[in-house]
Amino acid sequence: MSSKAKDLLVKPILENNPVILQILGICSALAVTSSVKVSLVMAIGLTLVSAFSNLFVSLVRNYLPSSVRIIAQMIIISALVIVVDQVLKAVAYDISKQLSVFVGLIITNCIVMGRTEAFALKNPPVPSFLDGIGHGLGYSVLLIVIATVRELFGAGKWFGIQVLPTISDGGWYVPNGLLLLPPSAFFIIGIIIWAMRTWKKNQVEKESFKISPNSIKTQEIA
Amino acid sequence: MANQQTAKYTIAVTLIMCLVASILVAGSAVLLKPVQAANKALDFKTNVLKIAGIYDASQSIDAQFEKVEVKIIDLETGKFTDAISDVDKFDQTASAKKPELSDKLGAELDIAKIIRREKYAKVFLVNDDNGLSKVILPVRGYGLWSTMSGFVALDKDLNTVLGFGFYDQKETPGLGGEVDNPKWKQLWIGKKIYSESGDVLVSVVKGHVDDSTPDAEHKVDALAGATLTSNGVSNLMKFWMGDNGFKPFLTNLKNGEA
Repeated sequence: MSSKAKDLLVKPILENNPVILQILGICSALAVTSSVKVSLVMAIGLTLVSAFSNLFVSLVRNYLPSSVRIIAQMIIISALVIVVDQVLKAVAYDISKQLSVFVGLIITNCIVMGRTEAFALKNPPVPSFLDGIGHGLGYSVLLIVIATVRELFGAGKWFGIQVLPTISDGGWYVPNGLLLLPPSAFFIIGIIIWAMRTWKKNQVEKESFKISPNSIKTQEIA
Repeated sequence: MANQQTAKYTIAVTLIMCLVASILVAGSAVLLKPVQAANKALDFKTNVLKIAGIYDASQSIDAQFEKVEVKIIDLETGKFTDAISDVDKFDQTASAKKPELSDKLGAELDIAKIIRREKYAKVFLVNDDNGLSKVILPVRGYGLWSTMSGFVALDKDLNTVLGFGFYDQKETPGLGGEVDNPKWKQLWIGKKIYSESGDVLVSVVKGHVDDSTPDAEHKVDALAGATLTSNGVSNLMKFWMGDNGFKPFLTNLKNGEA
C-alpha cells in the first residue's frame, strides 16, 4: 500500500479524528453508545455508508451541476442507508430492533455528508473510497471507546458479558445509572478531547472569539 | 461535456440520479422482504414461547409453535370469533389503528394510554393431555417513553401468572429498560391477578416484596429509578386484565362458554 493510501486510512483515527478533532457525528455518538454491541453494528453501518457514498459521489463528481450537488449527495447517501437498514433487518433482526431509528439517522450524520462534500467532490474514486473507510474507522474507534466506558461502568458489562458483578445480581458493584443516559457520552467525549489535545498540542484550536469585559472604553461613549 | 449551467442539464442529471437511487432502494426492499417477514414472524413466535416458558433453543421454533393454538377473540363479548379469516396474518397492534377494527377509549377508561382499543385480539392457548394448560394474552401500554408491548402467560386457573415480559419497549436502558431483566420478570411468576371477588389486584409496588408482605401474592417489587415505567406496567395490567381487556374472555373460558 502506498503511503498516501495509508495516510487516508490511518490519519482519521488519531490525528484527524472526525469526532474529536472535527467535532462531527456527535449526535449519534451520544445516542447509540450505551452498549458495545449496538455501537459496533452502528460503526460498521456508518463505515460502509461513508465509504460507498464517497465512492459514488466521486464517480459522478464531474457530471454534477454545482447548484444541486448537496441534494445529489443526499440522494446517494440516503439510498445507501436504506439499503443498509434493509439488509440489517434481514440478517440481524435483533440488533436492527435495538438500533431502530439510529440507522436511518446515518443519513443526517455529519461525517458522511462532510466527507462527500469536502473530499469526494474533489478527488478520484479510489482515494475517496479509502477516505470514507478511514473516517468510518475513526468514528468506529471512538464509538467503541465510549461504549466500553459506558457499558462497563453503567451496567457492569462488556459486549453483554458480565464483567463487574452488580449488586442487583448479588455482586458488589453499584452501577452508575448516569452513564447509561445520553448526557454521559458528552462528558466522556469531552474528557477524550481534552486528553487528545493535551497529548497532541497541534490539535488545539486557535481562539477565534475572545470574550473581554469591554471592547471600547467608557469615555468613548460619553 | 454538456454545459453544466443550463436548467435542462441540471434537471436531467437529478432525474437520472433519483431513478438509479430508487431502483436500488426498491430492489433491496423487494428482494429482502420475504426474509424480513420470516424474521419478524419467527421473533413473534419465539416471544410467545419464551413467555409461556416452553421455549427450547435446540428445537425449531415452528415445530414448537405447533403445540400452541392461535385463536381470535372478540374483546367486547369475550368469545372466540370467526370475524378474522386469516388468523396468521392478523396483526392485532396494527388493527388498533384502523377505525373499523377498533374503538376510541375515553380518557377515564384509557388507563394504559393506548388511545384506541382493537375489537379483536389474538390469544394463544396451550393444551396438554388434561385439556387447557396455559393461556397467553397480548398486553400493551405506555411507560415513560414508549408503548411497551408484551405477553402475559396464565396458568389453567386463569389467575396465576406463569410468565410475563415485553417483546418491544424503548424505555431508558438500565432503568426502565430493566423490564427486560430476567430477574425482574422472574418476580412475576406465581403472582395472582384477581382477588376472590374478581378485581384486578396485581400491581407494581415500591419496596421489597416477600412472604411477610400483606397481599404479597398480588404485588411485584418496582424497578429502582423507573417509577413511571413501573406505573405504566401496573396500569397496563389493570387495563388488559380488567373489564375492557380480557376479563370477559377469561370468565367465559373458565365457565366453558367461550
